[in-house]
Amino acid sequence: MLKFWKKKPAAAGDAAQPEPAADADAVAAPSAAPPRGWRERLAGNALARGLGVLFARHPRLDDALLDELETVLLTADVGVAATQALVEDLRTRMHRRAFADADALLAALREDMRAMLAPVARPLDVSAAKPFVLLMVGVNGVGKTTTIGKLARRYRDEGRDVLLAAGDTFRAAAVKQLEAWGERDGVPVIAQGQGADAASVIFDALQAARARGCDVLIADTAGRLHTQGGLMDELGKIKRVLGKLDAAAPHEVLMVIDGTTGQNAINQVRQFRDAVGVSGLVVTKLDGTAKGGVVFALAREFGLPIRYVGLGEGAEDLREFEPRAFVDGLLPETLGATA
Amino acid sequence: MFESLSQRLSDTVQRLRGRGRLTEANIRESLREVRIALLEADVALPVVQALIQRVQARAVGQEVLKSLTPGQALVKVVRDELTALMGTVNTELNLAQQPPAIVLVAGLQGAGKTTTVAKLARFLVERKKKKVMVVSCDVYRPAAIDQLQTLAAQVGVGFFPSSGAQDPVAIARAALDAARREVADVLIVDTAGRLHVDAEMMDEVKALHATLNPVETLFVVDAMTGQDAATTAKAFAEALPLTGVILTKTDGDARGGAALSVRYVTGRPIKFLGAGEKTDALEPFHPDRIAQRILGMGDVLSLVEEVERKVDQAKAARLAEKVVKGKRFDMNDMRDQLEQMVNMGGLGALMDKLPGVGSLPDSVKSKVNDREIKRMIALIQSMTKKERRHPDLLNGSRRARVARGAGQQPADVNRLLKQYQQMEKMMSKLASGGMKGLMRQMQGALKRGGMPPMR
Ligand SMILES: Nc1nc2c(ncn2[C@@H]2O[C@H](COP(=O)(O)OP(=O)(O)OP(=O)(O)O)[C@@H](O)[C@H]2O)c(=O)[nH]1
Ligand SMILES: Nc1nc2c(ncn2[C@@H]2O[C@H](COP(=O)(O)OP(=O)(O)OP(=O)(O)O)[C@@H](O)[C@H]2O)c(=O)[nH]1
Ligand SMILES: [Mg+2]
Ligand SMILES: [Mg+2]
Repeated sequence: MLKFWKKKPAAAGDAAQPEPAADADAVAAPSAAPPRGWRERLAGNALARGLGVLFARHPRLDDALLDELETVLLTADVGVAATQALVEDLRTRMHRRAFADADALLAALREDMRAMLAPVARPLDVSAAKPFVLLMVGVNGVGKTTTIGKLARRYRDEGRDVLLAAGDTFRAAAVKQLEAWGERDGVPVIAQGQGADAASVIFDALQAARARGCDVLIADTAGRLHTQGGLMDELGKIKRVLGKLDAAAPHEVLMVIDGTTGQNAINQVRQFRDAVGVSGLVVTKLDGTAKGGVVFALAREFGLPIRYVGLGEGAEDLREFEPRAFVDGLLPETLGATA
Repeated sequence: MFESLSQRLSDTVQRLRGRGRLTEANIRESLREVRIALLEADVALPVVQALIQRVQARAVGQEVLKSLTPGQALVKVVRDELTALMGTVNTELNLAQQPPAIVLVAGLQGAGKTTTVAKLARFLVERKKKKVMVVSCDVYRPAAIDQLQTLAAQVGVGFFPSSGAQDPVAIARAALDAARREVADVLIVDTAGRLHVDAEMMDEVKALHATLNPVETLFVVDAMTGQDAATTAKAFAEALPLTGVILTKTDGDARGGAALSVRYVTGRPIKFLGAGEKTDALEPFHPDRIAQRILGMGDVLSLVEEVERKVDQAKAARLAEKVVKGKRFDMNDMRDQLEQMVNMGGLGALMDKLPGVGSLPDSVKSKVNDREIKRMIALIQSMTKKERRHPDLLNGSRRARVARGAGQQPADVNRLLKQYQQMEKMMSKLASGGMKGLMRQMQGALKRGGMPPMR
């Protein structure tokens, strides 16, 4: 084991969750990880606990309750428009006496939010092609390379042959970072080094994946801001070059969104979608206090499937997206409870 | 980065300005809009609430209602409060210390710490003539140390080697010794990204701080961060005696509310903006300039004056007349407008005067250039007379021909047409209002990006 992995996956993700039970959860194979682990982890963090307390003081069914809910949604990055839509709808229903008590109103909100996410909870099936080509894209520092490390582990544990392509030829030591993940996951990495042409690295890797009969090829790309036209065009080029070998490749363009990002995520997705045709999202860094509420706006506006969420820096800290778990991270189940 | 926020705020403000009388009700309504603008710009809710409360207290009081020009008085209150929030002057790095002066950077994962260390090193070498050494205490992230080593070589500063097998505090201690031995002026210490809720990792960074006793402890935060910026900043400020903040990735289109949140929550000055991936993309932060422009006050007046001075009055009057008469704004008019812009000294000169835009880092501004405008003019020139008068004629094959004629892509024609449609819509709204109104609308369009897009 490489030295820099001293901070074990379990230790990395668990600081937010001191209960010993979480250890077992974090080291469990991802495929076997029950959705409950995710929920506990999200709901167990400081803010969710804070919310339980917040609500306990306001058990009455009145406008003050709606104000509190509005606050919760806004501070979770749900955004002004989506928050107002949700809250005003609840207000109307409340005035029509649709709710027996405050808990009933909360349950209705949770259900509304779950329903907003239900259409985007579509898992990724990498057995649809061979090799199945995943292209990772996103703005700088969101967790693309780390997510590749996690996905490689996951697919390998499912018994698939995985190959990685070091398509970030720009950032200092990006290739080494991916190679370290490859070593850790026991998965080979195709690289040409810094400064090489990203499209040609990824093209070579697809040729290698075909020659070796791999099941999955995951290609890293350099982080780029969605406002950088030239760099966005480069992604289009990568896609076209892959298409020459296999018209259906890349089978998935996976865009990584940092869960701490605010409303800017909407612009990010719009620009990446227009430039490379994003087909799925991953939301990372949900192991902190950020709630990732912007995904509601993303779901509404783009309807792109959310494939996975990142819950830490370790290889196992990846889960399939689950609307209920996500809503649990945002809102307590009942108002009296202290999450 | 800040321009969309300023846009929203200045719309509100503009409306207020026009009013001779303000009532408590319409002050409240305006403040509601200010609140939404701030929230949409990702300013943290507690910060928004505090700001609105302060403004409201002053606004509903005598100060505004009794004023002869209450709209302006309210604007002044909002501006005062924003300025108070952002601080007034640029705060430089404090390196006045028995060398080596130590700079410690900390922050969440992926915020841009390592890149910022390299940028700071370069800044100190090139602009302050310092002898700089850097070291990485990130023993966790794969290749984090290699990353800093590569960057240090790029910017030509001393690199103190470390390895993932070492203890971060031991690395710091050894680097400190080396910096003393080699009489470096400054030692910049990179740390691993960490979550503020990770108690163990927060203890580690506290231990690093205790060992190094840095003169600068900088919190690095991503400008795209949402509401969490306040929570995170608060936790870091509680764990470490921060001396300043560096806001990264400001080269995108984030509205930068995190800047206000972090400043408010930590009470520490934002010292630099990171505005690109390259090591020269670091700019000292000037809060006064931002606060002034955030409300869209800044140089708007001088811009209007300059525009009126330089615009070809005859042509402008012709256009105004045409618009007033309800005639259609066509491609010839658009070309005239674009040419006027080039005549006025181009976008660069204009941009500095526009609220918010002027605060953009130069690296961004340089990307918006007159070439774009000239390319647009070239496209219009490649159209037939008829097409220019009736742009609706431009179907797919005509667009392709126009593009070819100007040596450009059909996508460029599409973009031009989209911009044309925006301008046309604006002009047709402008049935009356004459020259002044026209100018004001033009500025609005510029700020909203109706004109050549920034990249
Ligand atoms: N806490 C936490 N940290 C994460 C998560 N995913 C990634 N990170 C950390 O975020 C930082 C950036 O991750 P990278 O994988 O290098 O991000 P990237 O998008 O590849 O970055 P660039 O290639 O530089 O654009 C690293 O320190 C990762 O360990 C997550 O889910 N939770
Ligand atoms: N566009 C842009 N990218 C930046 C800026 N600052 C840093 N980056 C990029 O953001 C990504 C993350 O930067 P790093 O310096 O590795 O971030 P870090 O905080 O050291 O990350 P960890 O050590 O993993 O916590 C890289 O792709 C950088 O090139 C900036 O000001 N603008
Ligand atoms: Mg990467
Ligand atoms: Mg780093």
